[in-house]
Amino acid sequence: MSVQAEQPIVVTGAAAPGRAIPRRRRRLRAFLRNPTFVAGALILTALVLLALTAGLLFPADPQDMVGTPLLWPGQDAEFPLGTDSLGRDVLARLVYGTRASLLVGVAAAAIGLAIGMVVGAFAGFLGGRVDAALMRLVELFQTTPTFILVIVIVSITEPTIPTIAMAIGLASWPTVARLVRAQFRSLRETDFVMAARSLGYSPLRIIVQEILPNALPPVIVAASVMIANAILTEAGLSFLNMRDPNVISWGGMIGDGRDQLRTAWFLTALPGAAIAMAVLSLNLVGDGLNEILNPRTEP
Amino acid sequence: MTAGAALLSVDKLSVAFPGHTAVHEASFSISPGETLALVGESGCGKSVTAFSVMRLLPPNARVASGRISLEGTDLLALSEAEMREVRGARVSLIQQEPMTSLNPVLSIGLQISEVIRRHEKVSRKAARERAVELLDLVSIPNARNRIDDYPHNLSGGMRQRVMIAMAVACQPKLLIADEPTTALDVTTQAQVLDLLDDLRHRLGMAVLLITHDLGVVAQWADRIAVMYAGRIVEQAGIEPFFASPMHPYSRGLLGARVDVDADEHYGSHRLTEIPGSIASAAGQTGCSFAPRCPVVQAACRQAVPPLTPLGEGRAVACPVTTSVPLANRPSFPLSGAGARQ
Amino acid sequence: MTPLLSVRDLHTRYAVGRQVLRAVDGVSFEVGRGETVGLVGESGCGKSTLGKTILRLVPSAEGSITLDGADITHLGDSAMAPHRRRMQMIFQDPFGSLNPRHTIRTVLDTALKVHRLGDAAERERRLVEIIARVGLPPDSLDRYPHEFSGGQRQRIGIARALILQPALIVCDEPVSALDVSIQAQILNLLVDLKREFGLAYLFISHDLSVVRYFADRVLVMYFGRIVESASHTTLWRDPRHPYTKALFAALPSADPTHKRGEPPIKGELVTTEHVTGCRFHSRCPAATDRCRTEEPVLRPLGEGHHAACHYA
Repeated sequence: MSVQAEQPIVVTGAAAPGRAIPRRRRRLRAFLRNPTFVAGALILTALVLLALTAGLLFPADPQDMVGTPLLWPGQDAEFPLGTDSLGRDVLARLVYGTRASLLVGVAAAAIGLAIGMVVGAFAGFLGGRVDAALMRLVELFQTTPTFILVIVIVSITEPTIPTIAMAIGLASWPTVARLVRAQFRSLRETDFVMAARSLGYSPLRIIVQEILPNALPPVIVAASVMIANAILTEAGLSFLNMRDPNVISWGGMIGDGRDQLRTAWFLTALPGAAIAMAVLSLNLVGDGLNEILNPRTEP
Repeated sequence: MTAGAALLSVDKLSVAFPGHTAVHEASFSISPGETLALVGESGCGKSVTAFSVMRLLPPNARVASGRISLEGTDLLALSEAEMREVRGARVSLIQQEPMTSLNPVLSIGLQISEVIRRHEKVSRKAARERAVELLDLVSIPNARNRIDDYPHNLSGGMRQRVMIAMAVACQPKLLIADEPTTALDVTTQAQVLDLLDDLRHRLGMAVLLITHDLGVVAQWADRIAVMYAGRIVEQAGIEPFFASPMHPYSRGLLGARVDVDADEHYGSHRLTEIPGSIASAAGQTGCSFAPRCPVVQAACRQAVPPLTPLGEGRAVACPVTTSVPLANRPSFPLSGAGARQ
Repeated sequence: MTPLLSVRDLHTRYAVGRQVLRAVDGVSFEVGRGETVGLVGESGCGKSTLGKTILRLVPSAEGSITLDGADITHLGDSAMAPHRRRMQMIFQDPFGSLNPRHTIRTVLDTALKVHRLGDAAERERRLVEIIARVGLPPDSLDRYPHEFSGGQRQRIGIARALILQPALIVCDEPVSALDVSIQAQILNLLVDLKREFGLAYLFISHDLSVVRYFADRVLVMYFGRIVESASHTTLWRDPRHPYTKALFAALPSADPTHKRGEPPIKGELVTTEHVTGCRFHSRCPAATDRCRTEEPVLRPLGEGHHAACHYA
């Protein structure tokens, strides 16, 4: 409604020198004021800290058999979350599992983002035939179900952490490519890009300096959801036993606990809860970023 | 201003948004059949004032004080349901952007009939007949064939005609036109404003015309109210206003405009600037125009000058320009930036 | 002496769905050094596209663009770069034409860096100078565009156009998004800059009153073609094309005693239809059979006055 536009624009304007708060600090304030973002970020930070300090918290090898098998949580104070069928400490394994899950999530998202952004940027900026060709490629990938594609790639190679991350990244880039392409197509036509061209900037400079910073916010939001999806996919693979047997992961723990599902359900429920928590925190961060980075509410 | 005869009377209306007041104690009235132009630059509060009359303010805005009465009905006291009966039937609104004001997925005939059927108990068929008549009334050629067209089939000027047809469908007493021609080309603007003027006479409606263009005001309005930073600073009949604008802001606005009737050229004539921008009024005590005013005095920065009636329907909120007798008034333009050569 | 800019039979076409929109359809004109040429027309007539084609921001289909005697019509990016310093653009939308993520310093300094003009100290001196020249407060350099009002942003746009010291600036509706009081400030600033730096302008606007005030010579554009071209005084005294006359007649006078007549033309510019003969005939009050079949060419009427009308 046009009434909105009638409010004086320059309340924070240059008309009042000395009153201006540096943009960075205003940004930070906007982050801290967003409860969704703060909640997600707190959980996520806790998970990252656990992953980093796992070796200090549990110096013993979590693969070692340390107690009576199938102790329930609370039964023995030494193993607060109980032990599994081989007598291994569930709490220690959960904490170590954070490492694998976050690592796969971040690495897969990074690979997906890198490929998707390059493809999307070229398609959107260049348009024409390059765009048409790249978009056919994207559609080819998108018509295959992601999970099946990951399974195929992993079963061809060795199921190690790097190959799993690579497979998930390869399966998830088309979404990013589409998003980035749409951003580039609309930003390419803006007056400030026209101005940059009329000033004689090279295409590379226009992409990197003018368009990319404006195209990033939705990509950052998408990235947090991609990490969450990658964690879920990794858990699914581990459950199907497509995993590195020497690495502890949440999905692997669920797979191990499958046989005791009726007698010791906590063995599947606890890593399941950990996955849910990680995914939830990442989605909260994504939602919060979406609100904060929205240009209409830009601080 | 005789309150008894007024169709719409707005009395000391203030509208507040979180953090700032968009309209300060604005008072004006419109007589039946009259066109009042509300003029000012973006951010001055003219649209907010108009939307308050429709009771269509954005959710974070509220009317802080004042009264709005239409034919004796206190609009601010009505319930939302009662207000819906008023909108479209007794007061209607035309907005600036004919592209987005019409629903793109409904035919124009359907959109016009909807308005009629919302307020009057008529059959679908009768409403459609009325819609054809209305399209004819707003000079859309081949009305009967165009009635099933969709908005995207129409040009900008045609869409604005359809908006006008919807607005006058129930013969409202007051039509609020918010920058109705700003998005249109100049040749189309003249056609649309002539149409509005013609309809006003034929249907006996009053028009509240919101615009920033003084040429439009001079040609199509009876009276003018100039707003600056949320306050009405001058009210007058059209002819006295354009013969001698009294508030320094009014004078500045006229001076800043390229005169259509004179062979003005940059080589020989410099436009009168109003220095600064409307933002300079923020956090200001006293007259909000003081930071930009060429005849500002110390007293102006102390208290807000009241809108003082000067007789013959004229009122001006500037003690400096109104205290001097007419003959001795400094000649226009007041600003120091006159002709350069 | 060669003119600063010379445009010969320029065409620009867009594909709209399966149709081809001839946005610019055979336009020729020149801009002399230090001259202000106004280009006026209704929305959709192709005036903005013409400006962008001249700046090589959209590709031309036919014709030539010559700047300082050099044909720049088909130059590649790197060959074009030195010519870009000579001509710049000011945009209509003071909000959309500045990258929201860059400070004013970045906006201006990058232009100098790209063209390798001066060392850091020299560039800084130029930035400070240009900011002051366009009337912005000295602390503006480290601020972001959203911290400025519309008028101030337009000043930033002007500073960006000026920083490379061009000879020609294409102004695409530079004041139509601004309030009247700010319009006067910007127009006066453009006049001052023109006098100071000997700039030539191609001033594009839909507002004939502003164009006539601001231009030395006025081109009237309709449906992709120039229909009349004359000096500002000639055009004001003696408009010959019926479209130009209609534009003048439609300007609302700020004198209420000056009674307006009937709008001289009806209808609106429709850019999708196929027209034979004169492009204006369907709206022209004086159209004859000849106008419906034979397309008029721009013909001289003396004293540099040209009009494309059989009966001008």
